[in-house]
Amino acid sequence: MVNRVVVGAHYGLGSWLVQRISAVVIAVYAVIMAIALLGGHAHDYAAWKALFSQGWLRFATFLFVVSLLLHAWVGMRDIWMDYVKSTGLRLTLEALTVLWLVGCGGWALQILWR
Amino acid sequence: MPELAAKKPRPIWYNLSPVNLPAPGLVSILHRASGILLFLAIIWMLYMLDLSLASEAGFDHLKSYAANPIVKLAILVLAWAFLHHFCAGIRYLLLDLQKGIELPAARATSFTVFAVSLILTIVAAVLIW
Repeated sequence: MVNRVVVGAHYGLGSWLVQRISAVVIAVYAVIMAIALLGGHAHDYAAWKALFSQGWLRFATFLFVVSLLLHAWVGMRDIWMDYVKSTGLRLTLEALTVLWLVGCGGWALQILWR
Repeated sequence: MPELAAKKPRPIWYNLSPVNLPAPGLVSILHRASGILLFLAIIWMLYMLDLSLASEAGFDHLKSYAANPIVKLAILVLAWAFLHHFCAGIRYLLLDLQKGIELPAARATSFTVFAVSLILTIVAAVLIW
């Protein structure tokens, strides 16, 4: 009698959850941004700059950026796992994806807190 | 000898061409395609956000840059990609909650995803032009 749980490590559950939670953050932020854009907050530089100098929007944008990077990572990893059969090539593409996203995140932070 | 006949490997042929997919399948593959597009566009959106917040001159430069018809078209394609990904994503979150998992409902929500995302894309086009 084998008495062990073979699915107990929850492989993939973390990614699955991250994908969903980050999706909700991105969706909420998108609605906030759409309202801001329709409300004329991008009409000129002063209004746009004023919007992004508010603490709460920087906080929200930071959460959005982190969520976007995590969401992009889970999604791109799924795509590499589905279509790239060669382990070496897949590992390379996954590593490049992570490096690319981290680099993008760095730039985003620099834009927000200039 | 019916047993022997039954053991013969049967040909399996899936037609995975997008035009042959049922609506939920089309939503799914476009969700993936739009996701790739959005991933590739992150760097471009960062470039535009950087320009817009850097200085008054950068903001004005972005305005004239975004007035280019090709840039407008690219922004519109990205708007569609985002809106499709957004609507399909909400549908998937509802499926996770066991909402709309029966076939008629799954089909109906797929058509809703297409309708809403395309209408909002047209709204975006009107706003851009």
